[in-house]
Amino acid sequence: MKQSSLREHKRLEEGAYIRVRMNNRWTLYDPRLAWMLVAPVLLLLIFFLVLPIAVMAAYTFFTFVTAGVETSALTTANWQEFFTDSYYSGFLLKTLRVGAITALLCGVLGYFPAYFIWATSFKHKWLLLLLLIVPFWISFTIRTFSWINILGEQGVINVALLKMGIINEPLQMLYNEGAVILGLLHFLLPYMILNVYVSLEGIDRTLIAAARSMGCTSAQAFREVTLPLSLPGLAAGLLLCFVLAAGSYVTPQLLGSGRDALFGNLIYDTIMGELNWPMGATLSIVLFVVLGFFAAIYTRYMGMSQIVKGLAG
Amino acid sequence: MKLTTTKRLERLHDRYANGDLSRRTFLTLTAAAAASAGLSMPWMGRALAAVEEVRFDGWGGTVQDAIDKFAFQPYTAKTKIKVVQGTFGDEDEIITKIKTAKPGDYQVIHSSGVNYYIKYVNGGLTSEINEANIPNMVNVLQPMIEPFRKLTPKLSAVPYDYGTTGIAYNTKVISPEEAKEKGAALLLDKKYAGKVGGYSDMTTRVWYAALATGQDPNNLKDMDTIWAKVRETRDLAKKFWSSGAELMDLLSKGEIVVTDAWSGRVAALQDQGHPIGYLDPAGSYAWMEDMLILKGSPMAECEELINFMLDPATSIAVAEGQSYPPSLDPTKVKLTDKIAKLPAFDPTGTMKALTFADPTYWATNEDAWTKQWNRISKGA
Repeated sequence: MKQSSLREHKRLEEGAYIRVRMNNRWTLYDPRLAWMLVAPVLLLLIFFLVLPIAVMAAYTFFTFVTAGVETSALTTANWQEFFTDSYYSGFLLKTLRVGAITALLCGVLGYFPAYFIWATSFKHKWLLLLLLIVPFWISFTIRTFSWINILGEQGVINVALLKMGIINEPLQMLYNEGAVILGLLHFLLPYMILNVYVSLEGIDRTLIAAARSMGCTSAQAFREVTLPLSLPGLAAGLLLCFVLAAGSYVTPQLLGSGRDALFGNLIYDTIMGELNWPMGATLSIVLFVVLGFFAAIYTRYMGMSQIVKGLAG
Repeated sequence: MKLTTTKRLERLHDRYANGDLSRRTFLTLTAAAAASAGLSMPWMGRALAAVEEVRFDGWGGTVQDAIDKFAFQPYTAKTKIKVVQGTFGDEDEIITKIKTAKPGDYQVIHSSGVNYYIKYVNGGLTSEINEANIPNMVNVLQPMIEPFRKLTPKLSAVPYDYGTTGIAYNTKVISPEEAKEKGAALLLDKKYAGKVGGYSDMTTRVWYAALATGQDPNNLKDMDTIWAKVRETRDLAKKFWSSGAELMDLLSKGEIVVTDAWSGRVAALQDQGHPIGYLDPAGSYAWMEDMLILKGSPMAECEELINFMLDPATSIAVAEGQSYPPSLDPTKVKLTDKIAKLPAFDPTGTMKALTFADPTYWATNEDAWTKQWNRISKGA
């Protein structure tokens, strides 16, 4: 037997790798094959993510001349403005606060539907999952606009309450932070439910049966077994909802007033309204770095590696 | 007659079949043709196809519907040149897109007059029109052309329509008498707190603050007072709208009862039967719009399109459809009664009754004021 075949045989015995000979040259999990398969995605990431971010980072050092005109004369003026002007840091903190509130509400409101879908004995469970995805078939902007017809002065809620004589004046439910968070919840809740559901699906149900057989009540079994094992999904959902909420632009634009703008709206106004690309690029890089930092810290300390352990090799 | 590539290759094959070409020459020429086709750049196709279509970007809604129906569709029927259309809610948005696109990707813009013309000029985005190719320009109001010519003696845009940003109010809540009495001060009336709207645009906000403080909008002396008034309106406002569609939605649904508004959009609401009144207070903000040809556009086709749009019959039909007076000189072209009744219409053709923004003065302050307005609109 050749030396290489012996090594392969040994690895199989040790269980370190499962190598399956496909032909004389290639094997499944061959590093060369893996790189070839990953290469297109890597190239896409480099050209459409890494390079644009690098260009944007370079832009932060360009000099703004007038609306729509900038020169490549290098300056740190944009960064100085960001670090010395409390207007920007105030909006950044507000954005993180709104993102955190939205993510927490998504977690609280999203866990129970996910648990219900997982636990139900309804034979057409696929239908429940389909209902979760149905909103994605409608444009996000239209879904957001629909809240105007629900919360507006002539919206369903106000008209119903006025007709029933419960209120005399329409309630002011639109164009405030509450409306923005509601719009974000509407947008992000399916992401949370799906994340938690996938995590719940991974739980070995015999563990719950074992807990019950050892005297746990249903609530205890949930608290001691189901909840801890579903936490990675909940944690992933929280991170996803936080990042998406903190980076959102359309929802505060449509459902909020100017005061309810988030950092994304600041970026939009700087780039599209003031046509100040260098400052807009600076703010974009700030948001990217801050959200990336939170994601990294969260991943490090909240056991997110549980979710990606399958990819760890 | 223009030869297509296919036709050329067919002829080449015929010559080879007839023995006029050697096998080597035939193969060499075929390979060269194949290489040129294979190596052609993406822009080559668009450049060649440009004569078959012209790209237009405008404000969407009722305005663009009218332009499409009364100008573009007849133009396409006549010339077979298709007008591919896009829309924008804010002109800065389309300038950003143009900056990131290749020359020629965007071609004709329904632009907001001289204030924006400067931005295109500063950005090096403009073309040079051959006015001889647009004979209908003789009918265009000279007072509308002059401000453009002051900036660039060789024009890149042709004025097309004009209007005002006056005060729109819900007649079920505010009587015409009250509106006339209070004028621009309606936007600062605490009685309507939470029911006030306004255009989310620096020029409009500063302009109306100037009227409220009794200052000349084209020569502001006390900016602190101006910004204080802008904040006052902000605190009373329910929503600052950012597109004509949003303005119409807010007014028609009763979300706001008073706002500064574009005359044509209000006229459209009135046509739909909504109880909306409109008035131009003294010094009301007048503006003009133009058809701007961008650098890299197929000039002959774009000029032909604009000439067609300026044809009196076309221009009048569009004006009636979009509810904004045309740039045609009423002393040279007989306009209809419907146009004569449109808000902001100037029957003298001198435009002296309207107050336009001084482009040089506003351009000087644009960057700083826009930045300040963006901050105030967000609660600063």
